[in-house]
Amino acid sequence: MSTTPRRETLEKLTPVLTKRWLSPDAWRLDVYERLDGYAALRKALAAHPDDLIQLVKDSGLRGRGGAGFPTGLKWGFIPQGDGKPHYLVVNADEGEPGTCKDLPLMTHDPHSLVEGVIIASYAIRANRAYIYIRGEAVHAARRLRNAVDEAYAKGYLGRNILGSGFDLELVVHSGAGAYICGEETALLDSLEGFRGQPRLRPPFPAVAGLYASPTVVNNVGTIASVPYIVLGGAAWWKTMGTEKSSGPMIYSLSGRINNPGQYECGLGITLRELIELAGGMQPGHNLRFWTPGGSSTPLLTADHLDVPLDFEGVAAAGSILGTTATQIFSDQDCPVYATYRWLEFYHHESCGKCTPCREGNYWMVRTYRRILAGQGTHQDLDTLLDTCDNILGRSFCGLGDGATSPVTSSLQYFKQDYLDYIEGRTAPKLSEKTLVGAH
Amino acid sequence: MTETQLNGASASGPGNVPAPRSSVDRAEDLVEKLSERAKEIIARYPADRSRSALLPLLHLVQSEEGYVSPAGVEFCAQVLGLNKAQVGAVASFYTMYKRRPTGDWLVSVCTNTMCNVLGGQQVYDTLSEHLGVGHDETTPDGKVTLEHAECLAACDYGPVLTVNYDFFDQVDPDTAVALVNELRAGGRPQPARGGRLCTLKEMSLQLAGFADPRPEAVADGAAGDPTLRGLRLAQQHGISVAGFDPNTPIKAPADSAPAEAAGAGANRPASDRKPAGDAPKPQEQALKEAK
Repeated sequence: MSTTPRRETLEKLTPVLTKRWLSPDAWRLDVYERLDGYAALRKALAAHPDDLIQLVKDSGLRGRGGAGFPTGLKWGFIPQGDGKPHYLVVNADEGEPGTCKDLPLMTHDPHSLVEGVIIASYAIRANRAYIYIRGEAVHAARRLRNAVDEAYAKGYLGRNILGSGFDLELVVHSGAGAYICGEETALLDSLEGFRGQPRLRPPFPAVAGLYASPTVVNNVGTIASVPYIVLGGAAWWKTMGTEKSSGPMIYSLSGRINNPGQYECGLGITLRELIELAGGMQPGHNLRFWTPGGSSTPLLTADHLDVPLDFEGVAAAGSILGTTATQIFSDQDCPVYATYRWLEFYHHESCGKCTPCREGNYWMVRTYRRILAGQGTHQDLDTLLDTCDNILGRSFCGLGDGATSPVTSSLQYFKQDYLDYIEGRTAPKLSEKTLVGAH
Repeated sequence: MTETQLNGASASGPGNVPAPRSSVDRAEDLVEKLSERAKEIIARYPADRSRSALLPLLHLVQSEEGYVSPAGVEFCAQVLGLNKAQVGAVASFYTMYKRRPTGDWLVSVCTNTMCNVLGGQQVYDTLSEHLGVGHDETTPDGKVTLEHAECLAACDYGPVLTVNYDFFDQVDPDTAVALVNELRAGGRPQPARGGRLCTLKEMSLQLAGFADPRPEAVADGAAGDPTLRGLRLAQQHGISVAGFDPNTPIKAPADSAPAEAAGAGANRPASDRKPAGDAPKPQEQALKEAK
């Protein structure tokens, strides 16, 4: 039975980035314009680019792709007057398991991203911008390409935008199915026409990014926030969220709750409140484990219902805010099997560049299969932890680190579940038939 | 596919049987068919950076060939001035580039953790049995290719499957079987939130960056309930964010902090400040606790 949230919890909702989704035709330019669309662009083009960078710094906006790096600071790193072309690249390669906030945004309100791209490009003095969208996101790409065409036709893109003297070319570039391309330097390699493998940093993209030129790479949600900050101001933006994690955030709830879906709230809301907004847990299900922000963030448990879901709060609880993709599992779900399935994912998506991630995930998948098939040993648990020790901090990029999250956190909180398979108290979950394997 | 075709050498057939055309010859056909589009794709990128066109060009190849054929590799190499090994290395890296001819309908069932525990694995297993094919295999009639997919970014609608990457939500074994039966019978079921279906070749042209020629398909796909849930709650209960004034000045009043950091002060190299990634790993705590 779905329950109605209390008033004080309802008031944590902050519909800002999602608001236009209620207007079915907001993806069309004329409708978007009637709903404040491109007002921020006109305002921004009348301002000095440095003032826009300062505005975004003052707003406290932090990257919405998972790392939470301060956006204004990132923009400020772009060297100005260096005579090199600058680039803005939007990371729309949404693929972190559990994450589903950018696709609806691009599908139902694509112009807000396009408008954000133009303002951000103007601020960092970029004349070319790319939106690297996940290949599988075909309907979002349809709407986005349509929006870009409409924006060109109306003079929001192209040469001398709205008579400002500012030029911008924007290309929507579809990927081809590789999770690793969500890592910003792998994305840049992919955009340059190579295998999507991460680059050594430094140099950071701000100095040598796309085509070895200064480049800002920002997530969809980050760039789509910019028009609202330009219109409403930094002080208004900071009325939402917490002191160090300002603004609204789209929380994506999935799993064993009555009403899965997208809930835009100020940063710092708790899972207890989110579950209340989502109508409570499904009948017969009690919360057992959950991810605060996708599968790469260490699992949390029912003991963490009151952790503030902002960058600092989740870090203090030993996990990562990530993409605020809260996948909610109950006492009817097995944390060992869940972790195994995520490991299959990391094994499949490992780009193969570095040994710890390529080999470590391969072997961990096999260890999990053995445990889940009822053939595990106590030593397998040590092997898993030892493998994680060799991946974490030793792999080339964050994908490897992320793969260790479900392993170590499930062993931390649910070791008994592993032992139950090993010692024969839980029936084997995997048989030959279910061992589909990674492709 | 014969060995000679794979090697790109011209083959001469025995007796009077016409020689199979080599991938070089077939690449010439592709150049003829696709060169206008290839030029358009290359023009999207800076003049000296044509290699950026490789991913869209591979999608373009699939729009004609249905997979990345040896001739398609040759074609990309020719138009970009690369060698075939360079093209092949890229094509083999990405899941969406298929190495064998693919059916008109690519059915991808999400079996990542969330969809999996909600029933996605049963959907995949049932379809596999019903169609008589495994992962990345095509039915004998050439209509349907089945694959299990990793997270498709629609967890609030799980378990999901896609047909040529457009979504069908909250599927179960029965609805999934009915869906593939309809596809094999020539029907075109309407996706839950996406554009009306087109074939995989037609879709590949869109992936190459060309607009969907069907305005009605762009207009398809109203937002589903999960997408709008939080918004509807806010609407029903009259919740909105207060204090929004679109005329708020961009520049902070003169008496507040000056904009020093945005200008010349920000010009030091990024590496001096070590952005994301250099902090202690948050997972270290979990690893320590688990030991």
